[in-house]
Amino acid sequence: MTTTPPDQLLCWADDALITAQWLAAWCARAPELEEDVALTNIALDQLGVARLLLSYAAEQLTPDAVPAAPADQPVTEDTLAFLRSDQEFRNCLLVELPDDDYAVTIGKLLFLAAYQVRLYAVLSAGTDQRLAAIAGKAAKESAYHLDHARLWTLRLGDGTEESHRRMQHAVDELWPYTYELVAPVPGSGLADLRSDWLATVGPILAEATLAAPGGGWRPGGGRLGRHTEHLSYLLAEMQVVHRAHPGARW
Amino acid sequence: MVTGSPATAGGASSATGVDSSAAGGAGSAARAAVEAVVDPEIRVLTIAELGILRAVEVTEATGAVRVTITPTYSGCPAMELIRAEIRAALHRSGFTDVAVVTELAPAWSTDWITEAGRHKLAAVGIVPPAPAATGPVPVPLAVRCPACGSPRTEQLSRFGATACKALWRCQDCTEPFEQMKAF
Repeated sequence: MTTTPPDQLLCWADDALITAQWLAAWCARAPELEEDVALTNIALDQLGVARLLLSYAAEQLTPDAVPAAPADQPVTEDTLAFLRSDQEFRNCLLVELPDDDYAVTIGKLLFLAAYQVRLYAVLSAGTDQRLAAIAGKAAKESAYHLDHARLWTLRLGDGTEESHRRMQHAVDELWPYTYELVAPVPGSGLADLRSDWLATVGPILAEATLAAPGGGWRPGGGRLGRHTEHLSYLLAEMQVVHRAHPGARW
Repeated sequence: MVTGSPATAGGASSATGVDSSAAGGAGSAARAAVEAVVDPEIRVLTIAELGILRAVEVTEATGAVRVTITPTYSGCPAMELIRAEIRAALHRSGFTDVAVVTELAPAWSTDWITEAGRHKLAAVGIVPPAPAATGPVPVPLAVRCPACGSPRTEQLSRFGATACKALWRCQDCTEPFEQMKAF
């Protein structure tokens, strides 16, 4: 039975954790009540997967792996979520970009879910049984997330002139980041999922009367800890209570 | 976040059934206590009826009980409470050495909700889930209004008050209602 190293687990865990944090920010602010409930439910699924992966990574780490962690306590999921600095996070850049428009939220979710569906299918068939169990469960949830994002992409892309314009703008802005999203995480030896991913995303964009951009730049570095400033602000908010009150419990 | 029992992977001893390794007395008492624990979010169902109770094993020599459960969804916020209530139920039945472990594989499906559970859901106006999709193209079945029985219903939201439910409305009697999603 193989064990997946923490460096790889953190890439997938952080994608899910940062996504959960952004989605949760729509709580009580979504365009309609049903969507408020939907986005927070999806956030909860992502958080659940993040916790399972972070716990798995944490069990393999000692406190010296996290500079801000107390040296006399074991590393837990909380250590990894709340005491790592921005440069210690391994999420791809796509998930940390700000949701400054609802179309961006839907675009990010569409791209991420299309990737997670494929990724979890691969991991659930892998030799690491613990990871396979986590992925097998997450795959079912991701399929539902993908379907939700698909329906909204169709509604916005093939909706009004304004909704089409904003959805297309979101796709154009986010597209460069999808190269890093689907690339195999360092050390994993997994195949590049881009063609599989395109086979999912391409028909959805076409049906939504949206154009898939080509060429352009390909920002990256998230898997190595080089992030945009957006992550730093997000972490400041996510971690502030834990850092201000170390060891506090409900 | 609260750290609970670490999730363990690996094959489950049983998909939906409940094992009790100790015959007779202690085993069946422990099993009865655990099976009666109510799901905190859908309070008409026990955890056995919901299909999230995997096994109850009692070591006869020591009286130690090991309970295996599985979450409905990865982020199910009720898991901590369910663990606590299992422990409390066993303590009330005289078992003090209790371990509750979580097992993810095979992943829970609404197909594991028992017949009795499905009837109980229907009785409180929650439409029980259709069989979970197995093929690549799921065929949606008509959802009947639990109040008037009309098949003329519409989905208001694919997500509901809990992760496992969707929100619907009847177009004839206009009553809104919940459906447990096939998952």
